[in-house]
Amino acid sequence: MATRIYVPKDATALSLGADEVAAAIAAAASSHTLVRNGSRGMLWLEPLVEVETPAGRVGYGPVAAGDVPGVLAAIANEGAHPLCIGLVEEHPYLKSQQRLTFARVGVVDPASVSDYLAHGGYEGLQKALAMAPAEVVKTVTDSGLRGRGGAAFPTGIKWKTVHDQLAPQKYVTCNADEGDSGTFADRMLMEGDPLTLIEGMTIAAVAVGATQGYIYCRVEYPEAIAALRTAIAAANAAGYLGANLCGSGKQFDLDVRVAAGAYICGEETSMLESLEGKRGEVRVRPPLPAIKGLFGCPTVVNNVISLASVPVILAKGAEHYKNFGVGRSMGTLPLQLAGNLKRGGLVERAFGVTLRELLYDYGGGSVSGRPLKAVQVGGPLGAYVPVAHFDTPIDYEAFAAVGALVGHGGIVAFDDSADMAQLARYAFEFCAVESCGKCTPCRIGSTRGANVIDGMLAGDRPDEQRRLLDDLCETMIQGSLCGLGGMTPFPVQSALKHFPEDFAPRRRH
Amino acid sequence: MQGDSHVSSAEAHEQAAVESAIERFGQQPGPLLVVLHGVQDALGYIPPTGIPRIAAALNLSRAEVHGVVTFYHYFRTHPPGRHVVQVCRAEACQARGGAALEAHAKARLGIDFHETTADGATTLEAVYCLGNCATGPAVRIDGRLHSAVTPARFDALVAGQEAK
Repeated sequence: MATRIYVPKDATALSLGADEVAAAIAAAASSHTLVRNGSRGMLWLEPLVEVETPAGRVGYGPVAAGDVPGVLAAIANEGAHPLCIGLVEEHPYLKSQQRLTFARVGVVDPASVSDYLAHGGYEGLQKALAMAPAEVVKTVTDSGLRGRGGAAFPTGIKWKTVHDQLAPQKYVTCNADEGDSGTFADRMLMEGDPLTLIEGMTIAAVAVGATQGYIYCRVEYPEAIAALRTAIAAANAAGYLGANLCGSGKQFDLDVRVAAGAYICGEETSMLESLEGKRGEVRVRPPLPAIKGLFGCPTVVNNVISLASVPVILAKGAEHYKNFGVGRSMGTLPLQLAGNLKRGGLVERAFGVTLRELLYDYGGGSVSGRPLKAVQVGGPLGAYVPVAHFDTPIDYEAFAAVGALVGHGGIVAFDDSADMAQLARYAFEFCAVESCGKCTPCRIGSTRGANVIDGMLAGDRPDEQRRLLDDLCETMIQGSLCGLGGMTPFPVQSALKHFPEDFAPRRRH
Repeated sequence: MQGDSHVSSAEAHEQAAVESAIERFGQQPGPLLVVLHGVQDALGYIPPTGIPRIAAALNLSRAEVHGVVTFYHYFRTHPPGRHVVQVCRAEACQARGGAALEAHAKARLGIDFHETTADGATTLEAVYCLGNCATGPAVRIDGRLHSAVTPARFDALVAGQEAK
């Protein structure tokens, strides 16, 4: 029997040579069945080659094309190999995780509906189709799921608003404009298990009465776009999308729309403008998108991970999901360990895991070998968290209490060589590049903010500049139309608060 | 050898790409971004001469189309170099040496971001996150993503492209 060998097609694996490894395996051993899976999320081991054995899947990584003959020989003789990590699912990094949303990522063939079904796929949709739409909405509400894009708004409440609207046309849209630095959970899910996202959107459509869906995906993610399109075609062919969903008589069509490199389009109203073919300028709310969204129709706008968490909630019940987590942060969160860490990757855990566990037990500390200085959690608009707060649990409310945010769960680690004043300046610079220009605090405040920090560092009336900076941050927080201008001060203020010494005037070189 | 026939054939090529994108994507709801992607996928840029035609076909004003083309960082109105090098500037790459790589890339190519080398070989672009944040600094060259790009590796990758 042909041995099944898995070589990931995940973008990070490709960036480390996975295609060359797959080609070398195909050339050397035509008797093997080669599957291009997603990544398990142990990114320092990519390309991680897996081989199916009676005991389970055995991994080798990181494999270079030149290692392939040796690895194949070890597989054939069941012999030892220095790159062998043993049974992949027994690896402590994976074994200690609680994978609900990411249960199939890295496991299945992302292009195959039958593989998806064999791993519990579409159980959630089958249950949803047997329920009244309002019951589906209630299940999602009862699960405690909150928006995983960053705003943490209860998903079920959004759905209920759309469900309650009387309208001839409704939409389900997925915000896959994952522009935050240090985040790649959306990408990994779309590349590794796109059918889970498709199923989640289909359940949303059934629940609210929508017949058309769009996935708005970043142009920077060509591998994800290709995986989504392949999976949508497969779902259509198998009757899981289209005019007659699973024989229910219900319709749901789904298309991928490609973004065009504007960070602001991750803001939901800006994304809707962009989907309508316009400049991605933020809309003034009200009306809410749930009432007047895409083309003026009631619209669900959810992040990839929110939607991809819905199938397991329907399949296993709201109680099952809710029993993970702490306080008002229920369920699990796929966390992304990024930046200066030895073992970066994806860790899905119930809320309540601490930053310290993530950074040291999983991440292994800094890759540079120097002590960590700070982490930025929740993307470029998230606060810098100092070492003193590393025992904070991942919990929306606990993070808010220390002036930080969980956001989309991206954690970027910096060692002690990080210059916090330059990082604060970069926050303003990024805001200036990405501002949509509609409101003044963001459009002008961002450029002024960078100038003021330059003044402080140059020793030009630093105390006066500091007062200006505090005032500017307050103006942006209070006066901006959306989170870009309104949250850009968070990394700046946290850097000023925890690392004031980095803002001292510098000698000119 | 840039005679009139050459210029007009280039213009004809641009026009054909614009017409094809309108034909293929113009009927979708809210079609403008989809059409613009179609044009840029075919040509590598959106020719300014195509804007009035796109506006007319989609029942928009020229100002609206121009406004959209210039709003989005991804769309460009001039042909890029033969190779496009995107360097990630975001925090996760900065945490692994991204700022030094950015400075090196500019010095090596002798250009700033959004510029093309004088020989037309390479366009350098800034990008704010490629979603490759655990193994940075990240660079994408002509669609191919790379991890852990040190200055030395950058030179090797660029030299490899230029040789093509």
